[in-house]
Amino acid sequence: MMASKLTNSNRAGWAFALPGFGLLTLFIVMPFFFAFFLSLTNQRLISPNPTEFVGLDNYRNLLSISVLTIEPELDDAGEIIRDADGMPEYPRVRTFTRNNPDFPEYAGMREWFRWHSGDTAKVVVATDVVFWKSLRNTLMFVLVVAPVQGGLALGLALLINQRLRGINMFRAIYFMPVVVSIVVVSLLWRFLYAEDGLLNSILHAVSFGLFEGRDWLGNEDTALGAIKAMSIWQAVGFHMVIWLSGLQTISPTLYEASSIEGASKWQTFRYVTWPGLRNTAVLVLIVITMQAFALFAQIDVMTNGGPLDSTTTVVFQAVERGYGKQDISGGSTISVILFLIVLTISLIQRYLTREK
Amino acid sequence: MKLKATLVAALLGSTGFAGMAAAQTDLTLWYHGGGNTVERDIIDSIIADFNGGRSDWSVSLEAFPQGSYNDSVVAAALAGNLPCILDVDGPVMPNWAWAGYMQPLPISDAALEGHLDSTIGRWDGEIYSVGLWEAAVALYARQSTLDDLSLRTPTLDAPWTGDEFMAALEAAKASGNYEFALDPGMAWTGEWYPYAFSPFLQSFGGDIVDRSTYQTAEGALNGDAALAFGEWWQSLFTQGYAPGTSQDPADRDTGFIDGKYAFAWNGNWAGVATLDGGVEDVVFLPAPDFGNGSVIGAGSWQFGASGTCEHPEGVAAFVEHALQDKYLAAFSDGIGLIPSTTEAAAMTENYAEGGALEPFFSLSEAQALVRPVSPGYVVAAKVFEKALADIANGADVADTLDAAVDEINTDIERNSGYGH
Repeated sequence: MMASKLTNSNRAGWAFALPGFGLLTLFIVMPFFFAFFLSLTNQRLISPNPTEFVGLDNYRNLLSISVLTIEPELDDAGEIIRDADGMPEYPRVRTFTRNNPDFPEYAGMREWFRWHSGDTAKVVVATDVVFWKSLRNTLMFVLVVAPVQGGLALGLALLINQRLRGINMFRAIYFMPVVVSIVVVSLLWRFLYAEDGLLNSILHAVSFGLFEGRDWLGNEDTALGAIKAMSIWQAVGFHMVIWLSGLQTISPTLYEASSIEGASKWQTFRYVTWPGLRNTAVLVLIVITMQAFALFAQIDVMTNGGPLDSTTTVVFQAVERGYGKQDISGGSTISVILFLIVLTISLIQRYLTREK
Repeated sequence: MKLKATLVAALLGSTGFAGMAAAQTDLTLWYHGGGNTVERDIIDSIIADFNGGRSDWSVSLEAFPQGSYNDSVVAAALAGNLPCILDVDGPVMPNWAWAGYMQPLPISDAALEGHLDSTIGRWDGEIYSVGLWEAAVALYARQSTLDDLSLRTPTLDAPWTGDEFMAALEAAKASGNYEFALDPGMAWTGEWYPYAFSPFLQSFGGDIVDRSTYQTAEGALNGDAALAFGEWWQSLFTQGYAPGTSQDPADRDTGFIDGKYAFAWNGNWAGVATLDGGVEDVVFLPAPDFGNGSVIGAGSWQFGASGTCEHPEGVAAFVEHALQDKYLAAFSDGIGLIPSTTEAAAMTENYAEGGALEPFFSLSEAQALVRPVSPGYVVAAKVFEKALADIANGADVADTLDAAVDEINTDIERNSGYGH
């Protein structure tokens, strides 16, 4: 009934939808196909040279990765040379990857990370280490932000879904960071995270001087974590509102019934609230995942991908290459890969959360 | 019907009116200094003088914020909406000229007489752009610091050697009076890195690309000289002489004035603020010589004609007008830049004989080396910036420089050699 009504006699409906569909097609669907096409060429942002079709070169340059096995250096007697700690010494990776005709398959590759099996070093080398790092950072970001932000938002929503005096004030306060531009928020947090910033001062005071100030964004180990925390704080209000709207669609009669039955608070949440939030949960999860994959503004304002690529992300790389380094085809290739990743993950989420 | 007729008449009337006013051909000028009122006032007065005195051309101004200026021009070029007169950063000019966004500027030789060579933008044997001013970088120090640490005052003829420089940093660090011995300005990301730091590399004997062919960076950016440079650069940060990439931008602006840093590597534009900030015994020292001379970067903002402009002679007329010494002097007094001619310098407050910033004019004259004149510079500069930031953060020097070389070479290859 619905389907036939949608397709047959609903001209007004289609007419209303047309501007939306038109804009979506123009600014989202078409650019995607355009990007896919560009990723197969050597298109530059500005260049007098004609655009050439290069096949899958861009994908090859971006994704080529392999494992290089390096044996330790031997001295004249055939013994392994060891340093002061007894660790074997290895020839440098650059002796294999640069101008070495014996290893053409590793030409131009760089070390990403390595591990040891016995005295042999296994080195993961890739043509585009920065891209792989950005992929890893983005995945780590999503893995932490999606559950934590979703969970915190639910907690806040439960807290403010009460009839208290002045509850609207709390709702407004929690929602406030969402309204402020992400660029402004990022700039402010840059000051908070500075070596002589607010965060360090607070930690110093709370720990009675035990805590030494540290440079949160300038340190490889803490930079991405700092950005995760700030991003969770910034958008949690938005998802809180979505959870809240879900909470308010649950009929009060269900709560009344459960209280008559003598259900505990936990049982009420587990058997009344949570099932009622099912669709909201799917929505929140997918939206957070997609937003987290698109992480860009915080990186651009706070760290520029540094230090040592520890905060670079896929979207940041796409923009950096396409616009900064004038390599539109490279940027497009990254966009296409990102699209495929997000699509796959969304489909998996959809499958796992389907109505059984 | 009547309404329609009225509208048509109004339309005809208005276009007729516009047509009459356009006896002067209108040329639009895009300028990078949006938001700076002093700069705006000076350029407005140049334009007003130009438009008032002529019947053939009339220039109108559109100013953009500097941060997004280059992006705006590229976007406009892609959309086919470039203005006639373009303001262009010196090292970017070859890229735009090569891409066809700019055309040669038919300016007379007479107008360029006596100009600092680095203010004239040449590509492929032709003049494309000319600048009203130049910028220079020097090592800021207090005379009292030099005296306290009993350091020799370096001069243009006898700059510090690399060893003397490191000894000076060590002395400043050992004195315990400063948070850091040197402020290279790591907070200023972007063009500052190649502009300010590639001269050190050149003084070591390396370069961003091999300038004999402009076809490769191999050997120039990862040869022995470059590796020595990289190790030295890293030691500045590992040995605690300089604040790293996460330096607070506010410290960059006022750290030297507040006495946090003993030395600062900074441009002439900060000179006035430093003097006003109360550092009366500030001295502007030449760059240390690491073996291949004391070198500083060159090339600032310049004016040229866009590729689609139908009236390059109009642009040339405007540029010739703007190059008058009184305007060069006005810009210099207004925003502290180095005027492009000696005559104009004599008319300024700071760069005249005995002026507070006079050393910068001599530095510019004696040591300025333009950044690689190549369309590929735009990309190479980005790669260089990242390499320097990574090395400062502790990355392996050889691997990082190798990676930078590969990236620059791939880019050159993918652009079929950039037309060299």
